[in-house]
Amino acid sequence: MARIGVFICHCGENIARTVDVAKVRDAIAKHPGVVHAIDYRYMCSAPGQELIREAIKEKGLTGVVVAACSPHMHEKTFRNACTVAGLNPYLCEMANIREHCSWVHSDREKATEKAIELVRFLVEKVKRNRPLTPVKVPITKRALVIGGGIAGIQAALDIADGGYEVILVERQPSIGGHMAQLSETFPTLDCSQCILTPKMVEVRQHPNIRLLTYSEVEDVKGYVGNFEVTIRKKARYVNEEVCTGCGACIQRCPQKRIPAEFERGLGRRTAIYIPFPQAVPNIPVIDREHCAYFRRGGCRLCEKECPRNAIDFNQQDQLITEKVGAIILATGYDLIPSDLYSEYGGGRYKDVIDGLQFERLLSASGPTNGEILRPSDNKEVKSVVFISCVGSRDRSKGIPYCSKICCMYVAKHAILFKHKVHDGQAFVFYMDVRAAGKGYEEFVRRAIEEEGAVYLRGRVSKIYQQDGKLIVRGVDTLSGMPVEIPADLVVLATAIKASDGVTELAQKLGVPVDEHGFLAEAHPKLRPVETQVAGVFLAGTCQAPRDIPDTVAQASGAASKVLAMFSQEAIEREPTIAKVNEQTCVGCFECQRVCPYRAIERKEIRDRQGNLVKVVAYVNPGMCAGCGACTVACRNHSVDLEGFAEEQMFAEISAIVAA
Amino acid sequence: MKQLAEQIARTDEVPILLTEEAQKFTQEVIGRSGERVDWCYQCGKCTAGCPVTFAMDIEPSRVMRLVQLGQEERVLRSKAIWLCVGCQTCTTRCPQEIDIAKVMDTLREMATEKGYAADREVVTFFKSFLDNIRKYGRTFEPMLVFQYNLKSGHLFQDADKAPLLLSKGKLPMRPSKGSMSVQRIFDALEGNKR
Repeated sequence: MARIGVFICHCGENIARTVDVAKVRDAIAKHPGVVHAIDYRYMCSAPGQELIREAIKEKGLTGVVVAACSPHMHEKTFRNACTVAGLNPYLCEMANIREHCSWVHSDREKATEKAIELVRFLVEKVKRNRPLTPVKVPITKRALVIGGGIAGIQAALDIADGGYEVILVERQPSIGGHMAQLSETFPTLDCSQCILTPKMVEVRQHPNIRLLTYSEVEDVKGYVGNFEVTIRKKARYVNEEVCTGCGACIQRCPQKRIPAEFERGLGRRTAIYIPFPQAVPNIPVIDREHCAYFRRGGCRLCEKECPRNAIDFNQQDQLITEKVGAIILATGYDLIPSDLYSEYGGGRYKDVIDGLQFERLLSASGPTNGEILRPSDNKEVKSVVFISCVGSRDRSKGIPYCSKICCMYVAKHAILFKHKVHDGQAFVFYMDVRAAGKGYEEFVRRAIEEEGAVYLRGRVSKIYQQDGKLIVRGVDTLSGMPVEIPADLVVLATAIKASDGVTELAQKLGVPVDEHGFLAEAHPKLRPVETQVAGVFLAGTCQAPRDIPDTVAQASGAASKVLAMFSQEAIEREPTIAKVNEQTCVGCFECQRVCPYRAIERKEIRDRQGNLVKVVAYVNPGMCAGCGACTVACRNHSVDLEGFAEEQMFAEISAIVAA
Repeated sequence: MKQLAEQIARTDEVPILLTEEAQKFTQEVIGRSGERVDWCYQCGKCTAGCPVTFAMDIEPSRVMRLVQLGQEERVLRSKAIWLCVGCQTCTTRCPQEIDIAKVMDTLREMATEKGYAADREVVTFFKSFLDNIRKYGRTFEPMLVFQYNLKSGHLFQDADKAPLLLSKGKLPMRPSKGSMSVQRIFDALEGNKR
């Protein structure tokens, strides 16, 4: 015989204002099976929980209904209270009489009636609840980090330092990401290479990190704690085991005029190349597209030159399969192409470049050895115009968001330009200066007050060439005047977007992307490094534009989530999942077809002699999310959802219909 | 409609050409006033607090902006720099610690030197006022009124207010003493200039 206790919360005035709580209590007290019904001002408070614990012990309750807010808020609170009192937590349910009732209605009488019904049907459900225990899922204590920029590097190092194995996958020939391209970093003007390369070397040397560069994740199967990933290690055509990185092959390569990706086209590279001097690993790669041997046969000069016989033109892509328990996505960003803006030259003017290209001009190891020279004629730049928000905050270009880092790097560029060209003049066009960070506002003021950058509030309308100069036509809304600047160089702070190919990767993992193509976090405030997919975490600019300090913080956050998971023996998952009745299942596998989580497996049933009797569906408890699609698809009701069984649902509906 | 017309007229304005030349004026103003006009970040607090903004053709914050952009002629031709009464409300309140009133003073000096302010009444009054101080050591109102009205050509300006001022004792018959010490200050200052 069921002995149900009902606890009705006022939620201060939130519920009591619209619902006559006392009336609900009196009505439900008469409902069959209810042996205890009380109301209280704040059920979630410590004394409120105590009321539930006492009643369970004193009245020997077999089920509890708390009529209060949404189970999203306090289901955990009340279920824990039940556990403490010795009642299985899954025998406690919440009737939502706040979001579903008091907050959305104004007629007190009708709202009270509805509240009574909401509580009544939950009572009917709880009568049929079974005690459940959380599912324990084993964990492979090893992580995969996708992306070898500063986010991936930091996350990999943190997990590795925590004592667990990490596989770090990077699609470029070297790790380092965009940070390796930067000259100096705001607001302290640390040399980017100087602070990044020690970490890159550490990754290479760390005994717990397995580094796979020039590799991409091809496929992901499995579920939290038990992923199986396939990684394509692209052919480098250089044997990594024997290559010493001496560079003789690079010296010899006759193809010397290929635009270098690392220099963003401002410098040249050979067909066999190492992207930059501090590359990790320091092993060249042959670019098939430009290599004379792959294009026409012949050449093979690198092969002849190599003292270690490391060149291997027959190398093939390798597919590597690994088991991991957690995945961190750190796939980073790209800049939008500047040719989106025809009014700024649309990519036609060589002296209109983007922010990363300017970083390469500033860099001592860059194509100009750190001199600020015009790409068109190598003339020294005396007057430079920086334009913020190129793409960002531009609805017409489909990018309504702020790219967040541009205000700061533009100020940095203006400062570094002045450091390099003392008699030069920097102009900055901006709409707002967003410098919210430690030391950031001071840094921007320094650009203006100490380094003499002229800031002009307004957008540039067009750029055209005249007498060897770029004429920048904009407005200064502060003076209300249109302005014209004859410039030697124009630098566009183009918008940040998620890296190419991220959407495809996200699809393989089942991770949602937001409307702009960035990976979506599980909750914008409270779960910023997690995704909707258990065991998959986010770090860095793949989630949204952010600067280096934020990226490093988020990467460490994601790593600590992984470490917390690995420190457990097994993962506990909600037991409200599908369960197959093996007696009645006929093995049609309609459920497998509709399951969005790939949770349905085939299970063979054998007799004592080991003869196959039949094949039935089996629900992998690690993967099932309890969506219930299979229960609908099953033709003979052989699948049911624990905690939301058909019987329980019918009881709920009947309770409403009966009233 | 009038606003719209003004707006259209404004977009027809010749763009400010920002070259190194333009920066010379900015540097001159900064150098002579000793105030970092280039630090102004256009918050507008000076304009908001200025008691004579209503009468100005270019409000104080915009004067600062035009100085930053090297707009010599626009600034030195403006009425605003002469309408500034030097109350220093702007200076007191500036978050960037710019002494705006002092900058206005510098701009008036520059306008006078460069011949932008040849025949303005405000200049006439300023000159009459200084002459008056130099001569008498402090203002001697009847002579000041007389001199200004004579020089400006408004012979009977504010004559109707004389009886009231007289009755309140605000128009003394004799100048105060001690004129020599003030005279020496003037001499010293002008000697410095030369």
